[in-house]
Amino acid sequence: MHHGLHYGLLVMGAPYSSPAPHSALRFAHAIIARGHKIAGVFFYHDGVHNGASLMAPPQDELNLHEAWRELNQQHAIPLDICIAAALRRGLMSESEAQRHGQPAFNVAPPFELTGLGQLLDLQQRADRFITFA
Amino acid sequence: MATPDALLVVIRHAPHSSNWLREGLDAALVAAAFGQPVHLLFMGQGIMALLKEQGSGAPGQKATLPIIDMLEMYDIDALWVSEEALQGLRIRQDLLVDGITPVPAQEIPMLFQQHAKILNF
Repeated sequence: MHHGLHYGLLVMGAPYSSPAPHSALRFAHAIIARGHKIAGVFFYHDGVHNGASLMAPPQDELNLHEAWRELNQQHAIPLDICIAAALRRGLMSESEAQRHGQPAFNVAPPFELTGLGQLLDLQQRADRFITFA
Repeated sequence: MATPDALLVVIRHAPHSSNWLREGLDAALVAAAFGQPVHLLFMGQGIMALLKEQGSGAPGQKATLPIIDMLEMYDIDALWVSEEALQGLRIRQDLLVDGITPVPAQEIPMLFQQHAKILNF
C-alpha cells in the first residue's frame, strides 16, 4: 500500500466567470480517487466568491458552492477564505456582519474566513501545492 | 541565492487593471512578516509595478508603489525582473525603482527550480 501525498489547493478564480473552481474540484476528486489526501483548500483573490452561500445558479447547472460543501462533507477538507479579500468583495460571515453593522451575511461553515497565514501554513504542510487561477 | 524555505512570489499583472498586484504583494508581505524569506519575480506586465514615476491610478484606487517601497523594511530585497519583459515593453531599467536585478530569459527556469514554494499572481 503506497502512502498518498498531501495536496494543498489555492483557488483564485470566481465561479461562473473562471474555469478555475471547476478545474480545482475535478482535480480534488481525481486525486482523492487515487489515494491521495487534500490538506486544505484556500480561496484568495476572486476565488473568495466560491464561498458565497447565496449562489443560486439555474437548476440544470452545477452549484459550485454546494460542490465545495459536498467535498468538505465527504472528506473533511478545510475550506479557508482570505478574510481581507472576502470583505473587500462583499463576502462576510455572521460575526463579521455584526462587526461591520451589516444586515446580512453570506459566508457560513464549512467555509471559514481566515488570514493569509493560513495559506502559507497550507503551502508549508502540503507535499504538492497547486494553484487554480 | 534561494534558501530551501524561501517563497518565490511571481507578479505578472500591472497595477490598477485588477487586484492581482495588490493581493500578490499582500501575500509576500504576510510571508515576510511570518519570517519566511521572500523573493519577488516580476514578469510580463508585472514589471510596470516597479515604475518609479507611476501615479495612484483612477480616483479611489490606492497606489501600489508605496508597498514596493516598503518591501525592504520587510527584508524582501530580491527583486528580480524578467529582462525579456523589459525589452518587450521597451522599459529602461533606470525608469524602475532602485535595487532590481534583471534576469535573462534562460535563467528564469532556474529560479523556479530553486524554489519549492511558489505563488503566482
